[in-house]
Amino acid sequence: MTSLLKRKASGLSYSPTRPAWKEKPSRLYSGLKVLIVVVVTACIGLPVLVVFATSFADNQQIIQSGGYVLWPTHPNLDAYRTLFSGNLMIRALGVSAFITVVGTAIALFVTILLAYATSRPVLFGRPVVLAVLFTMLFSAGIIPMYLMIKQLGLIDSLWSLILPGALGGFNFVVMRSFFMNIPGELIESARIDGASDWKILWTMVLPLSKAVTAVVGLFYAVGIWNSFFNALLYLNDTAKWPVQVVLRSYVLQGKSMAADQLGVAVHAQPQSLQMAVVVVALVPILLVYPFLQRHFTKGVITGAVKG
Amino acid sequence: MSPTTRQETLETSAPAAEAGPMNARGETASRRRGRASRSKNPAQSKTHAVPFKVRWRRDWQMVLMMVPGVLVMLLFAYIPILGNVIAFQDYQPYLTVFEAPFVGMEKFVGLFDDPAFLDAFRNTMVLAVTQLVLFFPVPIILALVVDSLSPRRIRNVFQSIVYLPHFLSWVLVITFFQEFLGGAGFINNMLKLMGMGSIPFMTDPTTFPLMATIQLVWKDAGWAMIIFLAALSTVDVSLYEAAAADGAGRWRRLWHVTLPALRPVIILLLILRIGDILSVGFEQFILQRDNVGPGAAEVLDTYVYYSGVIGGDWSAGAAAGLAKGVISALLIWGANSLAHKFGEAGLFQKKVG
Repeated sequence: MTSLLKRKASGLSYSPTRPAWKEKPSRLYSGLKVLIVVVVTACIGLPVLVVFATSFADNQQIIQSGGYVLWPTHPNLDAYRTLFSGNLMIRALGVSAFITVVGTAIALFVTILLAYATSRPVLFGRPVVLAVLFTMLFSAGIIPMYLMIKQLGLIDSLWSLILPGALGGFNFVVMRSFFMNIPGELIESARIDGASDWKILWTMVLPLSKAVTAVVGLFYAVGIWNSFFNALLYLNDTAKWPVQVVLRSYVLQGKSMAADQLGVAVHAQPQSLQMAVVVVALVPILLVYPFLQRHFTKGVITGAVKG
Repeated sequence: MSPTTRQETLETSAPAAEAGPMNARGETASRRRGRASRSKNPAQSKTHAVPFKVRWRRDWQMVLMMVPGVLVMLLFAYIPILGNVIAFQDYQPYLTVFEAPFVGMEKFVGLFDDPAFLDAFRNTMVLAVTQLVLFFPVPIILALVVDSLSPRRIRNVFQSIVYLPHFLSWVLVITFFQEFLGGAGFINNMLKLMGMGSIPFMTDPTTFPLMATIQLVWKDAGWAMIIFLAALSTVDVSLYEAAAADGAGRWRRLWHVTLPALRPVIILLLILRIGDILSVGFEQFILQRDNVGPGAAEVLDTYVYYSGVIGGDWSAGAAAGLAKGVISALLIWGANSLAHKFGEAGLFQKKVG
């Protein structure tokens, strides 16, 4: 199943043998290609490697190498032990996990229902679709959004990070164009058998749409996990900060973590501690990335072409 | 039989249902008429002919499914759009939008007397144009390189690597850049160990547009490549073969076969960029505004945030945000119409739904 989907999703095939009409690649040309591939890979891979390596490195090596290491000679978990002995990071992880899981579930629920209902020619279907597309074109802006959240009493509530993003225009378009490709006869036959629209959606349509649901769900999850500005805008209470905001204030702005991790003796170098925070923010994305990558090409192209 | 069961199809293109037997409960003539007129053919699709009550009885479950989404849209898109009315008022936090005094266009006019706004506007344009010129070709070149990579395995691994940064948050991306190029970062540490002075990559306002573009390339060039790759894979190979038979070399084939094949995608993405020209990555700049200084890193979105939410001039912030939103929407609309005029598909198809 997965290999089949993968083949379909990539769809960017090439032929391994060179056709007769194509000239043999010149040495300069191939050399340039290799150079581009190596440089691009290094630009992306090296920072990730350095961050991981430094977070595991011991204090002495960090000091000797001036702050960053490429490979830890005596790898240890001091930085992580320090990080997780204070409640700062644990709390932030809890907040991020909560908004990501609950937010994704709610967003999927809302998006699936709206996308399915508007994928068939029903009452109010067209104006609702146009209304969603319009929100992709024109957004209200930061100030009115802030006032709205305030009016709803959601300032300092984690719901302010979940509810406003529950219907993403792009994800809606991807889901809807998938649902539109489900043959009407299939749905019709279930209806003749007396199934309600709810039942049709949950027992027939959704099992057919596992892949697209997974992709859209992952898009939502990654988006919520990565969101930083909403938390900055709506949350004054630092105890409710998600991981991204913690990352910003303790690593980018260089706030001292030792001061805020009250009662915890800091054994690790501040440098490796900071890198450990980066790793904590990075790892969940790296974990879901293989699943995401398997399907997203298709989703992106559908969304872009069928706007 | 439950009242929701119907023989009439929701799928308009199912003539079988139209010719189907009568509902056991018996139907009114109007419903029959309505059903016969429901068809995918636009000339016949006078759905208004079906009485509302009938359509409601048929579709109420589907309409119910729209409720959560519509509610979210109303609360977090449309009511806030109406909330922009404070741009025309002298809004204060202790007043409601209904009590605030109406001041007309004063706040919009006032923006042009605010040097911070003019700075933000100028920076936005400079950054957008730099990004448009320097970023845009990168994914195309990258796609051409990837498309010609031959061992499949190398190609797949390389694709996985270049897509990855798109999924990292801006906080992470800026952190990586900070750790690498910042004043106490990896490169400057190396320079110091080698006895050289440090280079302020991340904080120099004059080179900031370039730096911002490099960050954008790092994060999104691989992602932007996907769509070009997809377009490349649809090019008819026999075109290349014919061109080669006619004596076209590698570069002539690129120019006369590959690039024309990419044209619709290039136009589509140019439209997207032009429509987006007033919203250069917001998080990217708010994260660096303190280090680089508002003189170079303040953009329209950060201006809205700092003058409105932080500075307390809510109406001025809303005015700047509204002006930006309206101009952006008009830009997308205009660029899209232009694309239609050139015979390209554009961003929004003419017919929606």
